[in-house]
Amino acid sequence: MTGGPLLEVQGVTKRFGGLLANDQVSFTVGGGEIVSIIGPNGAGKSTLFNCITGFYRPDAGRVLYQGREITRLGADRICKLGIARTFQIVQIISDMTVLENVMTGAFLRSARSAAARERAADILRFTGLSEKRDAAATSLTIADKKRLEVSMALATRPRLLMLDEAMAGLTPVELQEMIALIRKVRESGITLVVVEHVMEAVMELSDRVVVINSGKKVVEGRPEAVVVNPEVVQAYLGERYRAGR
Amino acid sequence: MSDQLLQQIVNSLLIGSVYSLVAIGLTLIWGVMNIINFAHGDFLMLGMFAAFWAYTLFGVDPLFSIPLCAVFLFLLGAAIYRFIVSKVMTGPVLAQLVVTFGVSIFLANLAVMLWTPDFRLIEKPLLAGTWTLGAVQLSVPKFVASVGSVLVSAAIYLFLKRAKTGKAILAVEMNRDAALLMGINTERINTLSFGLGAALVGIAGAFLAMYYYIYPQVGGLFGLISFCIVALGGFGSIEGAFIAGILIGFVQTLGGYFFDPAYKYAIVFLVYLITVWIRPKGLLGW
Amino acid sequence: MRAFTPSRIAVPAVALLLLILFPLVARGSFPMHVMIMVFLFAMMGVAWNIMGGFAGMFSFGQAAFFGIGAYTSSYLLTAHHISPWIGMVAGGGAAAVAAAAIGIPCSNLRGHYFAIASIAFAEIVRIHFNNWKLIGAAEGLTLPMLDESFRNFMFHSTKAPYYYILLGFLILSLLVCAWVSTSRMGFYFRAIKESHEVAKVLGINFVRYRLAAIVLSAFLTAMAGTFYAQYILYLDPESVLILPISVQVVLVAMLGGAGSLMGPVIGAAILLPISEMTRVWLGYKGTGSDMMIYGTLIMLISVYQPKGVWGLLSGLGRRQA
Repeated sequence: MTGGPLLEVQGVTKRFGGLLANDQVSFTVGGGEIVSIIGPNGAGKSTLFNCITGFYRPDAGRVLYQGREITRLGADRICKLGIARTFQIVQIISDMTVLENVMTGAFLRSARSAAARERAADILRFTGLSEKRDAAATSLTIADKKRLEVSMALATRPRLLMLDEAMAGLTPVELQEMIALIRKVRESGITLVVVEHVMEAVMELSDRVVVINSGKKVVEGRPEAVVVNPEVVQAYLGERYRAGR
Repeated sequence: MSDQLLQQIVNSLLIGSVYSLVAIGLTLIWGVMNIINFAHGDFLMLGMFAAFWAYTLFGVDPLFSIPLCAVFLFLLGAAIYRFIVSKVMTGPVLAQLVVTFGVSIFLANLAVMLWTPDFRLIEKPLLAGTWTLGAVQLSVPKFVASVGSVLVSAAIYLFLKRAKTGKAILAVEMNRDAALLMGINTERINTLSFGLGAALVGIAGAFLAMYYYIYPQVGGLFGLISFCIVALGGFGSIEGAFIAGILIGFVQTLGGYFFDPAYKYAIVFLVYLITVWIRPKGLLGW
Repeated sequence: MRAFTPSRIAVPAVALLLLILFPLVARGSFPMHVMIMVFLFAMMGVAWNIMGGFAGMFSFGQAAFFGIGAYTSSYLLTAHHISPWIGMVAGGGAAAVAAAAIGIPCSNLRGHYFAIASIAFAEIVRIHFNNWKLIGAAEGLTLPMLDESFRNFMFHSTKAPYYYILLGFLILSLLVCAWVSTSRMGFYFRAIKESHEVAKVLGINFVRYRLAAIVLSAFLTAMAGTFYAQYILYLDPESVLILPISVQVVLVAMLGGAGSLMGPVIGAAILLPISEMTRVWLGYKGTGSDMMIYGTLIMLISVYQPKGVWGLLSGLGRRQA
């Protein structure tokens, strides 16, 4: 990775009427890292995601991607620049097959159907959904739907992939598979920012953790350090982690 | 302010308040069931005809036909929901949009078959004539219709906010699943709301019958305008429907006065399109 | 992409052959008229599908584009002696401009909101044309009786040339629709139909693509309008710019199966003969009973076969994971 950080979030603030959802949140993400954003429900994590990826416009602050300001760009422009994301509630295209869904993502970089199809097939091999390529997207299990959503995002050739609660609702086996997939994505050269509640995944995957509570950044650092930070423990993690692992 | 302008403002309020009542009925149905009742204008037409026949056959003045129209349209609306509309609620959105078109076409042409396309008018309503208040000519039937509509709108508003059933309706409007969990029979609420929405517009029909021409196709334009009013006020919002109804009364009357009477409805639709561009969910909608 | 299996080629080929031979065996001009109406609404249904079935913009205002196409070419012919073929392109262009004008304010509207906006738009057009002296206002516009020829786009002795021209238009529309559905545009339309979030997250400028869908749909619908004008040789706002025409277009697409290529053709083939025949047998009495049957039919279709005939057939083929 050349030069400075891949993503810089500087003092991002977002209000909804009287509610201050994000309050001067700042952090950076370097190329090749996996950064997790954790915090209690309602802390403002998804709002932050939306502000970074162009679904909301921040009331104050800046977002810089590869040194370039993207704060006021629309979500589709940001995707074209190389930031892809998934949603808490899986967003896939219902009346298409698995392959067609991924093709729709691939079309961003390849105008022609044949090229898009080929790229989509490659992605499905990468994410392990090849066998289900002709299935109706709606017929997949929740774990496979999440995998599909990741595939669609990967098809847009991102340098930064942001996952919003990718682990939610997964069984322990599915969890391990998703963790493995995320590692595979990082190994292919993509930087990841993930919002997560599932602490096992956060501990296993993250290079750094950013903790958000009530709209503010509480602390950031290596997972082991964050986990024993008294403020974080008190607000969020509960007694059993403090008892020492 | 010129006398003519004052007259136009009064006219705006007169027609606007009746529009509001029509729109409130429509927004109730939309809010509860997420379905646009394209037959709404035809319910109005049936209300008008009910008042007309009560007058012609039994000498009942439209003012006293109001309960009759309300009950008749309530039952009709409930039946249409129960036997036709409820069956498409789980289907594709397109089917929901189209089914009430079918009801509309059926009802309008049923009226043609039963009563011919001729224009009818109630010749001697009880409340007739014109009051002169300074520079303004106030047609008595229009005034009664207008005040009546406002009273009925207020009554339905209070019913929804205070009465147990009314609050149940609002609950379903806001969050159907939560209402179900609270033990509210949402299917019954649907039927009730459709009937109530129809009853409201039936009452509006009785009011309009006091001075408006009555004919099978009369529902068409009223229906379209009420869709615009509801969309303008925000689907599901009673307050929005009321305010937007008055607003559209102004747009129509003043637009026709300042620009060209032949274009007054086009102006209404244009204003609607511009507003919905700026605020897609309407003024007060969710 | 489904493979070109024998049945996939044989069935359409046989159907096409039958359609080509039909005028040779048809007796009298009424069956030809019915088929022409079938083709006309099939074409408009295909055009509707592009914005409605694929992109999820359920337009109930297609009559506006139909009327703009019809009036543009007819006015150019009547007042300026411009060939209807050129007029047809001009009509398509005019409709495309109108489509862009309505598409921009409506670019954020979905479902019911969009439907109502499309009705409001069509009504504005109808009211304006009803009062516009240049094109005859409510009295209408009569096309001049020119010598019958392909060049004049006018035939008096037989309906057969009209039949074949419109069949050609229909096939053209189907080809356009097929191309759209397998291209990037088609995929993007379907993403837009799903939700604006999905579209945005895949880098799609949904405003631009929504506009493209409406403009394309409008152009084809306007072409149908020009054909209609040349066929009937008389236009007035109450015949071409009214809501029932828009509703019929939606019905045709819905009955056949919204979002499927051949759906509107099937839908038109079922619906138009019924509506034409009830109109002839019952409509002349003025009792409205033909329309009552039509209304009942609409209700039945919505309740019992909302996914359309094509949906029924293709549902049997979809694999499950």
